[in-house]
Order: sequence, then C-alpha cells, then structure tokens
Amino acid sequence: MTSPTPSLELRNLSVSYRVRGIERSVLRDISISIAPGEAYGLVGESGCGKSTAAFAAMRYLPRNGSITSGSILFEGNDITSLDEDRIKDLRINAISMVYQNPVNALNPTLRIGKQVAEVFKLLGKSEEESIELTKEALRKVQIAEPASVMGRYPHQLSGGMAQRVVIAMAIASNPRLLVMDEPTTGLDATVEAEVLDLVRDLRRESGTSVLFISHNLGVIRTMCDRIGVLYAGSLVEEGPTETVLNAPNHPYTVGLLRCIPKGGLNKNSERLDTIAGTPPSLGANLPGCVFVDRCTIAVDRCKTEKPELVDNGSGHFSKCFLSDQAVNMPRAKVPVSPNAQATPTSKSPLLEIEHLSKTFTQDTNDVRVLTDIALSLGEGETLGLVGESGSGKTTLARAILGIISPDEGSTISMHGKKLDALLGKRSAEEVGAVQIVFQNPDSALNRRHTVARIVARAVQKLAGKSREESEELAQNLLSDMSVDALLHSVKPSQLSGGLKQRVAIARSFAGKPELIVCDEPTSALDVSVQANILNLLVDLQKRERVSYIFISHDLGVVRYISDRIAVLYLGRLMELGTSEAVFNGPHHPYTEALLSSVPAIDGSQRVRIRLGGEIPNPSKPPSGCVLHPRCPRVAGSGVEHLCTSVEPPLAEVEPGHFMRCHIPLTNLEKLQSK
Amino acid sequence: MSSSPISLKHTAAQERRTMRKERIAVLRSNKAFVAGVILVGFWILCAIVGNWVVPQRPEFLDMMVTDLPPSGAHWFGTDGLGRDVFARVIVGSREILVMASLATVIGTVCGSAIGLVTGYFKGRLDLFVMRILDAISALPVLVIALLALSAVGGSSAVITVLIIGFVFTPIIARTVRAAVLGESELDYVAAARLRTEKTPYILFNEILPNVLPPIIVEFTIRLGYAVFAIATLSFLGVGVALGSPNWGSQVAENYSGIFIDTWWSTIFPAAAIATLAIGINLIADSVMEAFEL
Repeated sequence: MTSPTPSLELRNLSVSYRVRGIERSVLRDISISIAPGEAYGLVGESGCGKSTAAFAAMRYLPRNGSITSGSILFEGNDITSLDEDRIKDLRINAISMVYQNPVNALNPTLRIGKQVAEVFKLLGKSEEESIELTKEALRKVQIAEPASVMGRYPHQLSGGMAQRVVIAMAIASNPRLLVMDEPTTGLDATVEAEVLDLVRDLRRESGTSVLFISHNLGVIRTMCDRIGVLYAGSLVEEGPTETVLNAPNHPYTVGLLRCIPKGGLNKNSERLDTIAGTPPSLGANLPGCVFVDRCTIAVDRCKTEKPELVDNGSGHFSKCFLSDQAVNMPRAKVPVSPNAQATPTSKSPLLEIEHLSKTFTQDTNDVRVLTDIALSLGEGETLGLVGESGSGKTTLARAILGIISPDEGSTISMHGKKLDALLGKRSAEEVGAVQIVFQNPDSALNRRHTVARIVARAVQKLAGKSREESEELAQNLLSDMSVDALLHSVKPSQLSGGLKQRVAIARSFAGKPELIVCDEPTSALDVSVQANILNLLVDLQKRERVSYIFISHDLGVVRYISDRIAVLYLGRLMELGTSEAVFNGPHHPYTEALLSSVPAIDGSQRVRIRLGGEIPNPSKPPSGCVLHPRCPRVAGSGVEHLCTSVEPPLAEVEPGHFMRCHIPLTNLEKLQSK
Repeated sequence: MSSSPISLKHTAAQERRTMRKERIAVLRSNKAFVAGVILVGFWILCAIVGNWVVPQRPEFLDMMVTDLPPSGAHWFGTDGLGRDVFARVIVGSREILVMASLATVIGTVCGSAIGLVTGYFKGRLDLFVMRILDAISALPVLVIALLALSAVGGSSAVITVLIIGFVFTPIIARTVRAAVLGESELDYVAAARLRTEKTPYILFNEILPNVLPPIIVEFTIRLGYAVFAIATLSFLGVGVALGSPNWGSQVAENYSGIFIDTWWSTIFPAAAIATLAIGINLIADSVMEAFEL
C-alpha cells in the first residue's frame, strides 16, 4: 500500500481488559491500515477481538479496557492519548459507528425525528435547519416517507428500518470513517441485502472509509476491498478479499472456510469439516503461534516461536511458518460415520398437520399468523422451515410442541393419532416424543444447575425413570453427545458454546424423541462449532431415526441438513418440496428472492431479485396472493389480474413439489433462467 | 475436545477455583468491603459475647455516680441514672442486630415469594398485587409502625419486627419481580414447561436460584435500613421494652444532655448506630459490585 496517509491506522496495537482484578490481553500487537475510501473487513469467531478493535478505533473502550501498547492514528494524527474533548469532536465530525442491534442504539423514549435532528444540532445547525436536514438524511437512506417515520418511536420500526435510521445518523456528519460492527447480523437475509446495498451506494457517493466487522464471510466478501482475519486477538491473515477467500494462506482461514456448508452441500454427500479444539481463553499466555493448539499442520517450531506477518505477494500477508502448506492441509479428523443414509427410505408419516391455523387477538383485531397449513413429515426425515421473521415459523413450531393452542379445526397427529392441542393433556410418551433444541444455549440451560442435573431431570420427567436411574441414563446420554464424563458436574457457564448446545441436545433426547424441533440451533454459534453440531445432529438422526423440523435463516445450513423444505410467508405455505427442488428451482418467486439475497461466500455472482417494500401487517393481508404487492415476478406474468384478486392454491407443480403461485411453472422457469 | 479427559477435568475445576479465588481477591482488595466487615464483625462479636465482657451489668443503677464523664472506671462515662454507658452500648448491639436481621429476613422471604409469583404469572394477578404493594409503600414506615404499635398498645419488639418486615415486603417484591420477569422469558423455563414440570418446581428450583444475586444484594441494603428504622422507633420510645440497653432509647433519654455537657451518654450510642449502618452499607455496595449488578 503506497497510497497517501491512511484514513485509520492501528499500529502495533495491544489492548487488555481487566477482569476480576487481572489484566487480560484481548488484542495482541495488531497493525491495520485503511486507505481513504477503502472498505476493510475484520472477520473472526466470537471472542477474537473484532469488536474491541472497532471500539479502539473510536477510542471508546469499556471502562475496564486499556491500550497497553501501540497507537491509533486517524488521518496520520495520533489519537491514542487525545483528551476527551478532542475525541468527542472527532466522533461528532469525522468518525461514526453503527452497532449490531439498531433497536438498542436508539433511545426508546424519543421520536425518530428528534433523535436524528439531535445529530445536526450537535453539528451546530439551528432547529429548523436540523429538521430539514433530518428529512433529507432519511430520504438518503431510502426511507420513502421521512415525515411519518420521524413521528414514530423506535419500537414502532422494523429492524431494517431502525438500522436505516441508525445509518442515517451515522452518516449525517459526512464522516470520513465509518465503523460498522455486525450491522446486519440480527436482520433477515432480504433486509440484510437491502441494508448492504444501501451502505455500498452511500460509500460510492461519499468515498467514506469503512471498517466493517462481521462473522459472516459472505457479507464481508460483497462489502470489502481487503480483509483481516483475527484469531485470539491476533491478526493471522490479511489481504485483498478475493485473494484471501479464494486462496487462504493461514490454516485458521482455511479451516474456517471449510466449515461452512456451501455450494449445495448435503448431509448425504459429505460430512462437514470442523476445527478441533476451542480457542484459547481470554488473556491466555501464548508463547508460540496463537493457533497452534488447533492446527493440523503445526510443527514443533510453532509452539515456541511467534510467526511474523509475512507478505506472500501482492499484499497478501499471513502469520504462519507453513503458509504454503495451509491450502492443502489435511481435513480435521472426524469419526467415520455409519454408511447409512440419513434420508429415510420408508416414508411412513410420523407427523401430519392439517388445516393448522392460529389467530391471535391483538386489541380487538384478529391477527392470523398461520393460515391453513398442511404438512406431513416422515420418520427420520428433516423438514427445513424458512421464511423472513414474522412468517410464522416459530408459531408453527410452538403449535406442534403444544406450547400454544391452534384454532378450532386444526389437527396435528402423530402415527395417525391426534395430539391434544395442550401440552398438559398429552400423555407422557407424547410429551417426550416431541422436544426442542433452542437457538441460544445460554438461555436454554439453567445456569445454576449442573450439566448432569439438567439432563437427569429431563430423563426423570420425560422417560419416567427413578432418580438414580435418571442420573445414570443422563451420564450415558451426555457421553453419547461427546460431553466428557468429567464435565458433567460443572455448570453450563464453564462450557463453550458448542458444548452447551450438546448438553441441550442431550436433554432433548431424554425421552424417546421422535420429532425434535431445532429452532435456529446453530445461529448463536461460531461456524467451526456449527459444523460440529450439524454433524452431531445428522449422526443422531442416522442412529435414532428421529425426525427434525429445522428452522434457520441460514439457507446454506438448511440446505445441508434438510430432506424437504417448507417456505413460509405471512403464515402461508408458499412452497414445499425436496431440498434439491426448492434450491435448484424453478423457485416460487418468494423463494427466489430469499435465495438471491444471501451473499455467496464463494463469490459466485447472482442476480439480486428484490422484494419491494416490507412484510405487510398480518391483520390486514393483501388481497389475492399475499405476496403480490412485493412479488418480483408479478409484473409481466400475464396473470396479474389473478394475483391481485384470487389467492392461489398450494398446487403440486412437479411430483412432490408444491407451490402457491398463479404463474405457471414453465413461465417461472423461463423467467428465472434469464 | 482434542485434549485428554484428565486435562479437561483439570481445566474445568481449576477454572472454577480460579474464578472464585479471583472474586474473593477482588473483595479482599476492596477497602470498603474490608472496613464494612470489620465494623459489622465487631458489633456481631459484641452481640455474642458482650454480656460476659462488660465491666458491669448494663441495667445496673448507681445513683451515686450519675452523669460521670468518661474515665478509667467508666470508659464511656455514666448516664443520668448512673448506668455504665460502655456496657449499655456494647450489650445494646444484640437487640438491634437480632431485630434488624429478623425483620429483613421476614421482608425478604415474603417479598421474594410475592415477586416470584407475580413476575411469573404476570397478567391480572400481577396488576392487582402490585397495586396493593404500591399502596403499602406509599405510606411512610414510621406512620405504619406507630399506628400498629399504638393499636396493640405500646411497645413490642415482636410487632416492630413484623411491621418492618411488612414494610420491606413490597420493596423486595418489586426487585424480585423485575428479575423474574426477565428470567421467565428465558428458554430454560420453556424447557421446564415442555417436560410438564409443576409450577412450584419451576418457581423454586428453576427460577429462584437465578434471581438470588439481586435478592442477596437487596437483603444487605434492607438490613442497613432496618437498623435505622429500629433505632428511630426506639428513639421515639416505641417498639422496644423500656429500660433495656437500647441504642435508640439511650439517645432519646440523654440527647437533651448534649447541651449541658454530658455529651458522652448520647454520642456513644449514636456512634454505634452510625458505625453499624455504615458497615452494612459498605458491605452491600461491595457485594453489589462483586455480583456485577
């Protein structure tokens, strides 16, 4: 990089946090430089120091954090020890930040207009000017009716809208550096794609430098010119985005990329690769390479000597003695699985759902969140549930579990026997037969109970065993999930995220489960851990012939684990078919838009199919096909009049492939092949 | 996962031990906590052994030695009835400590139970109970106490303890309810329901252990208030048996003397109240910090 003064430079920066009285290093000697107008992506798993780097760039470390060495330069000026007033000036005028959770970033008690105008007032504008500028700023982030949004409170905005407002505030001062910390992580793929488009457009217009932090390599790939890979607070690889992701030079990056289910991978074709072991704990003393404990090609030298960041040509740096061997490093050792296919051979239905509807009463309005769902699920089969938030995925899962009771006339039956709507009225076997694995193991496991107690209690209740028997069975169950016997007496907080999720899975297997609802079971986990958990779920399915309903917003994961996919929109089943049929197309227009909004990790270019507008209010669903106001294919389909007036039925367009669309399959195929 | 089982056990147990060690180290290096423990510890010690170490009985009257200033024979001097102030201050710690602790325990137990139930069930029950509690906490402690005590006719340590416990109940209930509201949204509660656990099990075995930290903190804070409330009531001459060595009534009996040069019989019991209350508050603050609340 021979360019002029970098916009932001972290020079040999080390940061440590004081936790329980001891300094623990979080960033270890990091050097990053971002050129004016450049977008730099920082990736890494949780706890690697990404966010700390972002906060350090803003000079906004938590109270227990301190810079132990090195310096932070903004446009060539050292801001490491600048006084508070001058830093405040910089934050008002030159550096802005966008946080992960937009709703938390906004003050819930102030109207949007007032909050955004505040930024302009800080910049020295008058009251009236500020309001005018606010309107303009909101228009700039593609909010169609700024006046109406300005009058609303943050909780009245959708996640995507709130993030736009936060971005509008961040760019109000025309900052020269924008720090974005996981700006799209909590958002739906379709909304994420729109926010990313917006950031890209704004960047093109203003030439702002961006420090972009994300764990999602696909997002980073579409957004950033260069990326840096962080591991245990150390920058292990850096270079142009394409180069690093296509030809990684550090074993960690290689491993990370291999863990991600991508390119149409399915559970029957291949096991997912994993990175063995866990990252070093915060502030651990690491005399050698930070990755040595988990590296499959490490040699003795790696344990004692710290590798330097070496240029492997064309600005591609890697901190590894064996960087030339990294790409071809052997796959992590995985236990050989039985040769059986996870996909069921016999299709005797386990679960049958007919006419399932659910209406909530809100104020005096009836809100129908599920409309006439019909589904069946075979033994040992996995059904993937996809759809944007608010599509009814969770409600459907809860109705099956018996936590909420569906409307009159809905039937859910197992093995042909009707299940009572209420959990309390189901028999003990029925309760044990349908269980759930929650998204967040931190919330799903009682932090005050030991691992053994959590599982044993479930065995006691669900399998109806005595206390002693339960304890013994729980030990076996846990060991089965590769939770070491010696960890059974600890509390969940002492386990890593992956181990916690294993305990949660063990608990769901306490009864004799036949169906397990997996509600985003890997979305709170890092990709290397995610791969482990997915492998475990597949192994268990092969052995126990259990069926899964797998809810996820990560379409790569859904594709990997599912035999069939159900796509929900506004409480209606829009498409249902085998994994290949749904993913390979021809797709339902809604599925098509969902698929196209996911940024590809392998960099393959897709045509973005946009959904216009936002999800309509389910209490007032649109006439005709509920998708028609947003449908990307309605215009020019020749059946517009039908789409706006008649709700299409769920029709079998190919054997086993159902769609709720008026447009004939052949037309869809033609449109989508363009 | 790659490491051997032995080292796994080692790390988990070791980490737990280091965490506890580090937390204790933080508390021990916290000067406020150490000071609080010394102050409170001193008064607890007095409450336990005070009766045997004081030079004379605290109730012992000697009209020949009234209003003596502090001296070798009477370290804190004597009061208007010739009683030894030192003995009365040291022995007086027992009553206030026992009463304050009992009152706080009652308030904490009742408050936690109400907080657990209302926070878990929410809805109309919650609305109803919380409005009643609002009404109770709208009344000043002293007014309720004076009313109740005059209703039963005079001074009763038992009634005082019950009244203070009663007044603390809504405050603790509100704190616990807030914690339970957040806690009952967590998935482990849903998981318990999904294995058809009974409600009492969910409340006391699942949720209660998770809301203990705020309960402990609230307990220590309330204990400090209880000391003040009891001292105030006994200063007003209600709530405790007359003539017993009691800090509040000692101040009440003698404070007029502070202007006619017999300051010792007022200042020493007053200082006792202050040091005990400060000590408890110092501990409360440090405990709050250690629990990161």
